[in-house]
Amino acid sequence: MTTLEIRDLHATVGGTEILRGIDLTVSSGEVHAVMGPNGAGKSTLSAVVMGKPGYTVTSGAVTLDGVDVLAMPPWERAVAGLHLVMQYPTEVPGVQLHDVMSEAFAARGRSVDGLDELLRAEAGRINFDERFLDRALNVDLSGGEKKRNETLQLAMLRPRIAILDELDSGLDIDALRDCARRVEDLSNEAADSDHPEGGHGSLGVLIITHYSRVLSELPPDHVHILVKGRIVASGGPELADRLDAEGYTAFAPEEDLKVETGDDHAKPVERPGSLDDLFAL
Amino acid sequence: MPTLTAATPLPTTDEEIWRYSRIGELDLDRFTPTAADTDVRGGAGIEIDHAATGDALDVIGRLTGDAAPDVFAALNLEHASPTLITVPAGRVVEQPVVVTHMVRGSDEAVFPRLVIDAGADSEITVVEVFTSEPDSTSLVVPVVQIRAGQAARVRYLAVNELGERVWSIGHQQALGERDSQLLVATVALGGDYARVRTDVRLSGAGASAKQVALYFAGGTQMHDFRTIQDHDAPHTHSDLLFKGAVQDHSRSVYTGLIKIREHARGTAAFQTNRNLTLSEGAWAESVPNLEIETNDVKCSHASTVGPIDEEQRFYLESRGVPPSVAERLVVLGFFDEVLSQLPAGDLATDLRARVAAKLSIGDDPR
Repeated sequence: MTTLEIRDLHATVGGTEILRGIDLTVSSGEVHAVMGPNGAGKSTLSAVVMGKPGYTVTSGAVTLDGVDVLAMPPWERAVAGLHLVMQYPTEVPGVQLHDVMSEAFAARGRSVDGLDELLRAEAGRINFDERFLDRALNVDLSGGEKKRNETLQLAMLRPRIAILDELDSGLDIDALRDCARRVEDLSNEAADSDHPEGGHGSLGVLIITHYSRVLSELPPDHVHILVKGRIVASGGPELADRLDAEGYTAFAPEEDLKVETGDDHAKPVERPGSLDDLFAL
Repeated sequence: MPTLTAATPLPTTDEEIWRYSRIGELDLDRFTPTAADTDVRGGAGIEIDHAATGDALDVIGRLTGDAAPDVFAALNLEHASPTLITVPAGRVVEQPVVVTHMVRGSDEAVFPRLVIDAGADSEITVVEVFTSEPDSTSLVVPVVQIRAGQAARVRYLAVNELGERVWSIGHQQALGERDSQLLVATVALGGDYARVRTDVRLSGAGASAKQVALYFAGGTQMHDFRTIQDHDAPHTHSDLLFKGAVQDHSRSVYTGLIKIREHARGTAAFQTNRNLTLSEGAWAESVPNLEIETNDVKCSHASTVGPIDEEQRFYLESRGVPPSVAERLVVLGFFDEVLSQLPAGDLATDLRARVAAKLSIGDDPR
């Protein structure tokens, strides 16, 4: 049993406070959704927990089973069991998935014997074309293929807690379904699973999303509404239904829902024609 | 012992093509002209001549009427240790010819001169390797001249594996005749100050040239590249990709010129130079230039100098890869685009390993 605890987390980007006191607890086997409008601090939350450069934590704590995560560099957080599925997976020219997985396994003290077989097996489970296994990371992949690639790595690395940052942006419903199903399986997997890394217990999941579409594919146990760097409401899945029916205005005054700069500065420009547009609230 | 003297004074950094160079540190008097120690492998069935003299050694000058482009090219002609490879029309040479120069001793000056004269519709790959005794303090002034006859396919790769006290001032000249295809590639890892000037002139309609280079300097090394893509005929195509990295206190310079002459309509020319600065104390300069005398052209150039991309490093770190390993992967990935275009595939694997071995990132324990 693993627990990620976020306590009164405050963080700034370029001197602007984006997170203004976040409290969240995610344990093995649980699926939490953090929903919020643009500028609420969603991507900042995932970046800060993973340790992305450019964000400053001004107060609060993040711990994994009581161990201070904020004191660790990003790679140690990953080895400790945190994983971030990125909204816009970075293209890394000339670097093969196999080489990254092999180094990531080595950092975890895992044997790389059978790595290729495992890659092919995991690729098959989420309909990730084996041809793409030999491509440079995320280079010349469609939005859906990039998210399959992210999910493949998640399944390969067997983290304890996974943060999915806007899993459903830029991908079609088939890809979303394949990725969501794999994450759901991992979150339901028993602790005595016969996977070589079994024993960690089931995956704890933190979904960060603007839209509820992903939640119909990956149903959460807990839903939290994030507005202006604070969680303004927490509850069960019914909270997402209420949000769908009433919009964010049901949870926060109009002026708090205006998009501000800061949270978006590190993100690429939203691609035109993104499926998100169809699901805009 | 006779020392080296030049007919004309050495250039200075006031000349644009020598700007940023270390030419001011060169003292020719220090060096004794010495015959190059050259070994040739492969090329069965074609003529390889080490005794050629005169016009045969200046195939470019003979065809273009141009004089030796600078004092070093002139010195090379004067003291040349020649290797003349003549490929008859229509002949396809399957295996690469490998020409290796071993630089020995202290304060010697060697002048390897390689001429590849490829007849119409012939095909050949030549790899020229410059290597030295590790503590050699000699000077290498190599010249390669390549003529690709009509519809010939010529691939050339120079590999600089010289010791870190050797100076090298090299010149590559290639001439592409009608419908020919040229690949002129350089991998530079060695040398103290190592300069290569590359002039590729497309003189026949439909000729195309690809130029690639990988250079990686460390310690106090300096790599210096000057390129000229000269379009001297209509419907010619050139594509250049030079990628370099500097670490420790090393330096690099790239200056490139795309020259499109008035009658070279329907021409396409591309030039890309990318540089990674891997240490605070390292320095890289990139200066692209265009000189276009006609309108009907497609032309672009791009150049970048900067550290390893932070997003790429973070992406790999977020998978649990330690920073030094992540940086190594990113740097090797950066060079992969050049390595994958080198003419001799087996050699590319070996060169990749050499680049990896030279990287000082991650020398500290994890």
